[in-house]
Amino acid sequence: MASSTLIGLDALDTVAPAPRDRRQTARKAWSAVWPKLAALAIVWVIWELIHLSGWKKYVIPGPGVTLSNLWDQAHTAVFWSAVGTTLGRAGLGYALALLIGIVVGSLVARIRPLRAAVGSLITGLQIMPSLVWFPFAIILFGITTQAILFVIVMAGAPSVANAVIAGVDYTPPLLVKAARMMGLRRLSLQRHLYLPASLPTFVAGLKQAWAFTFHALVAGELIVIIANKPSLGVLLSSDQDQADMTSVVAVMIVFLIIGIAVDGLFGVANKAIRRRWGLEQALLQKSCSLGVFAREHDRAGVT
Amino acid sequence: MSATAVTEAPAAVTLAGVSKVYGRGGSAVPALDQVSLAAEPGEFTCLIGASGCGKSTLLSLVAGLDQPTSGEISVGGRVALMFQEPGLFPWLTAQGNVELALRARGVRKAERKQRAAEMLDAVHLTGFGKKRPHELSGGMRQRVALARALAQDADVLLMDEPFGALDAMTRDLLHDELDRVCEGRNLTVLFVTHNVREAVRLGDRVVLLSSRPGRVIAEYKVPIERPRRIDSAPVAELAGTITDRLREEVSRHGK
Repeated sequence: MASSTLIGLDALDTVAPAPRDRRQTARKAWSAVWPKLAALAIVWVIWELIHLSGWKKYVIPGPGVTLSNLWDQAHTAVFWSAVGTTLGRAGLGYALALLIGIVVGSLVARIRPLRAAVGSLITGLQIMPSLVWFPFAIILFGITTQAILFVIVMAGAPSVANAVIAGVDYTPPLLVKAARMMGLRRLSLQRHLYLPASLPTFVAGLKQAWAFTFHALVAGELIVIIANKPSLGVLLSSDQDQADMTSVVAVMIVFLIIGIAVDGLFGVANKAIRRRWGLEQALLQKSCSLGVFAREHDRAGVT
Repeated sequence: MSATAVTEAPAAVTLAGVSKVYGRGGSAVPALDQVSLAAEPGEFTCLIGASGCGKSTLLSLVAGLDQPTSGEISVGGRVALMFQEPGLFPWLTAQGNVELALRARGVRKAERKQRAAEMLDAVHLTGFGKKRPHELSGGMRQRVALARALAQDADVLLMDEPFGALDAMTRDLLHDELDRVCEGRNLTVLFVTHNVREAVRLGDRVVLLSSRPGRVIAEYKVPIERPRRIDSAPVAELAGTITDRLREEVSRHGK
C-alpha cells in the first residue's frame, strides 16, 4: 500500500514538459531574430546619415560602397587565404592556451603551496596587456608566426588557468564531502568531481580567454608583418598604407562577423551545459549547502 | 581516518568519552563533551537534541571527516553518510550517481550497471535511472542518495536530518522506505533529527543530547512493534515524554 502511494506521488512530482508545436518554435526563432535585424537596420541608417551629412565626405564611405567592396574582396584568393591564416592562428593559439591553462590551473588549484606562490602571478599576467609581450617575442622568435603564437598563448592561458581555479573553488562543499565519503581521492577526485563540477565556470572563462586570444592575434598581425603571408591583419595594415578607407571598413566587418560567430558557438555550448545540469536547481543546491555550512559555523562559533 | 579504527568489535559503533572542541584558548568552544555511546550491529539509533547539541559534529567524527579532540571512536565496517540535501552530482544521471559509488569501491564495469539498477529498484525508483537530479522531486533525490549510500556497501549508515527539507507526506512515505531498506540488510543506523516523533517512529532507541556542549542526558528504548505509524498513539505518547524532557533541557539555557 505504502509503496503504491509513493509511486503515485512520484508520478505527480515528475511532470513531463508539454510538447512544443512547430508554430511555437517558429515564433520563438522569429522573436530571437527580429531584434538583431532591427539593430542592423538602425546601424545602416545611422551610417548612411553620417555619410549623407557630408562630414569627412571624401574619407568615410557609405554602407553600400563598403559592402560591394567586401563582396569584391570575397572573390579574390588573397582574401580567403588571409581569412584562413588568421583563423588557423586563432585556432592553434587558442588550443595551446587551453592545454597549458588547464594543466597549470589544475596543478595550482589543488596544490596549496603552488597556489600561494603563483596564484596572484596568474591574475597579474591576465590583467597585463598582451601587447607588452611583443618586443620580447620578436627578439626571441624574430618576425615569425611563432612570435604571434607565443603572444596569443600568453594572452589566453592565464584566463583559462584562472577559470579552472575558480571552478575548483566554487565546487559545493557538500559535493566534496559526498565524494570523499564514496572514497574518491586525488586523481579520481579531480576526474570525477572537480573537473565536471567546474565546467560551467570553466566555459565562462573560456569565452574570456577567447576574447584575449583574438585581441592579441589582431594586434600581432598588425605588428608582426610577415612577407608573402597574407592575413586579415596584413590586409588591414596595407589598406591603411594606401589610405583605402572602404577596404579598411570592409575588413573590420569581417572581424566583427568572426567575433559574433565564435560568441554564438560559446552561447550554444553554455546553453547545452545549463540544460544538462538544470543549472537553476544546481545553483539552489549550491546555496543550500553553503547555508548549511554557515549554520554549522554559527553553531560552532557561538558560546 | 586515523583515529577511527576499523575493528571487529562486537558493537558496530562505539564512542568512548568523545569530546570535540573548536578553536583554542579563550575562544575555544566545546561542541561535544564526554559522549559515550554504543550501537549494536543492525540497531537503529536516533540522536535528538536542540540547536547546538553537536549532532552534526558527532556524525562527522564517526564518518572520519573530522577528528575528536579527545576520546576513542571505533567503527566496525564501512560507513556511508547522508545529508539534509541529497548532494547528488548534477552532471550525472540518477543511475550515474549510483554507479560512481560502485566504481569508487572498485566494482567491475560490467557489473555496475545491473547493480545500480538493483539499488534504484530497492528505493522504488525503477525506470528513473536516466533522469538527472534536477528532473526529480526532493523526495526522489533523497532516495537516489539512499541508493548511492547502499551502493557504498556500508555497514553503518549515518543520516544527518535526511528528511528535514521534505514535505510531511513525502517524509512519512520515506520512513516506510527506510524501514524496508534496513530490514534484512543488518544496517546499523545513526539518525540525527530534531523531530521527536520522527525519532520515535524510526528508532530502536532514542538518545537525547544536551546543548552547548553536547552530552548524552537520557536514553529511551522504543518498545513499539513495527510497522509503526508516526500518528499512532504509542508513538505520540513516547514522543510526548521525550519532548517534555527536551523542553526542560532547552529552558535551562534561558536562565
